[in-house]
Amino acid sequence: MTNSENTAPRAPRTKTRIRPFEFIAEKLLASIAFVSIFFIILILIFVFRESLPLVLGTATDDIGKVTLKRIFDLAWQPVSNTPQYGFLPLVVGSIKVTLVALGVAFPVAILAALFTSTFAPKWAKELMKPAIEILAGFPSVVIGFFALTVMASLFQTVFHLHYRLNAFTGGIALSLAVIPIVFTVAEDSINVLPKTMREASYALGATKWETSLFVLLPAATPGIFAAFLLGLGRAFGETMIVLMATGNAALLSPDIFEPVRTMSATIGAEMAEVVFGDAHYNMLFFIGVCLFVFSFSLNAIAELVIRQRLMKRFRGTA
Amino acid sequence: MTLGKKAFGVGIVALTGLCAFGVIGVVVYVMTTIIIGGHHMMSWTFLTAAPAEGMTAGGIFPAIAGTFFLVVIMSAVGVPVGTITAIYLAEYVRQDSWIAKSIRFAVNTLAGIPSIVFGLFGLGFFIQFVGRNMDKLMTPQGELVWGQPCILWASLTMALLTLPVVIVSVEEAVKAVPRDLREASLALGATKWQTILRIVLPNSITGILTGGILAVSRGAGEVAPILFTGAAYFLPHLPTKLSDQFMELGYHVYIMSTQSTNVEQTAGIQYATTLVLLLLTFLLNFTAIYLRFWMRKRSLQ
Repeated sequence: MTNSENTAPRAPRTKTRIRPFEFIAEKLLASIAFVSIFFIILILIFVFRESLPLVLGTATDDIGKVTLKRIFDLAWQPVSNTPQYGFLPLVVGSIKVTLVALGVAFPVAILAALFTSTFAPKWAKELMKPAIEILAGFPSVVIGFFALTVMASLFQTVFHLHYRLNAFTGGIALSLAVIPIVFTVAEDSINVLPKTMREASYALGATKWETSLFVLLPAATPGIFAAFLLGLGRAFGETMIVLMATGNAALLSPDIFEPVRTMSATIGAEMAEVVFGDAHYNMLFFIGVCLFVFSFSLNAIAELVIRQRLMKRFRGTA
Repeated sequence: MTLGKKAFGVGIVALTGLCAFGVIGVVVYVMTTIIIGGHHMMSWTFLTAAPAEGMTAGGIFPAIAGTFFLVVIMSAVGVPVGTITAIYLAEYVRQDSWIAKSIRFAVNTLAGIPSIVFGLFGLGFFIQFVGRNMDKLMTPQGELVWGQPCILWASLTMALLTLPVVIVSVEEAVKAVPRDLREASLALGATKWQTILRIVLPNSITGILTGGILAVSRGAGEVAPILFTGAAYFLPHLPTKLSDQFMELGYHVYIMSTQSTNVEQTAGIQYATTLVLLLLTFLLNFTAIYLRFWMRKRSLQ
């Protein structure tokens, strides 16, 4: 009897046996992998928490309660006898600088990406790649420094500008930080297009530039849109370049050749001197919440666009 | 094809080429300007001496050392966390599961958050919440030790900012480890954990290194997150403990070019500091690019 028990075939071990160590290791890794998610939530909570008194209407300063009306004031003068926390000038400032930056960076980067992915001879491609890598590797403070010391004076003499530091100069400087992002994503989205697409176009008698302009570029639209969103996010949130090169005056005007103060630069410039817990402090965090929500939405949209593009590619409809 | 159309085509090609070479030209121009402006100040003493005479003379050693400490603490936290996240993503979860998707979404979001918001978070969470509460527990007299800007909080903020860089790089490396190797290991009776530890991890060490280097390069260049989490204008001595403030290269450039009273007089120092920062990031980036290139070549073989 005992004999037959010994020779009976054993069940395969690997599937059924529970290994406590393996189990713990997996759960441990999982818990660390969730750190990113955990911190996204923490960022939202803690940046929001410091701006809460403002939202609840309990924030006070020297002249009384900070109501919503005062937040949507037309002037940003947080340090004065009658503090004004209107952040509209800052929003307008951010938009102005971002428009200039994207207005330059987007066409330049897309056209350059078109050049390297279709027209460029090999040597030009080999030259473009490290140039973009170097540009992407420039710390933003280096670009800011360059804009402050070299570009600002150059633009002032060339364009006869009244102000040395202004939204235009800051925007152009900012475009240097945006170009690598837009270029990389756009070039990538052109390069992943199936080769047959090009060949079919050539076979129909289209020239190289017709193919790239009327076939490849439209086909890469989702990727280029994602590139636009990522560039927009970078431009809107970038701090050091605008802090150094835009002049930092909170003016509410449509003129791009006047100094501006952007949302990000305001936080960067004022947080160090603010009294912890007062209305001004809350307001700076509130601006931070706006920046967070904006970048979060951009990322969500970009993600959606890219995923849909992938779906289409797998189904073969694009 | 008509002549006009042909001319239009040539125009298009020329325009795209102009943009591409324009970008290259600008990169070269920025670099030469900074090199020309800063090279004459570069010397061994500049790199090893402290600022002197109200920061109008002397060197930038404290800033270099501060940057070094910052990136070391940052990497010590960020690289392990990033590596584990990448391994978990690549080895444990199905790519289309909601866990993988949400972690990936979080990582992408983290990569897109403006750096100044990380600074706010460092201030609101690490300093005001964690630090203040630590002080309440540890120093009954109400002294501020951790509840104020210091190198630990700045490094942790920076680690969070550079986490996506590490994750993306390591995941690429882990995925490049051939399936055969894993299967051979499993077939020999190794468990999943043993396979990861002995096969996957050693084979993706270059990727981890690349990720670490890229993170350091990014961390050394970012200034916005440390503006109010620990960087100091000037300190007479180097940080000796985690609750000290520190000087930093990028912050030094910012301060010297915007807040200093002698902007004209210190132009040489500004250019030279920028040059040091630029050289440092280049060195790191090109090491990372080379490692990645080497890794891809090897994984093809």
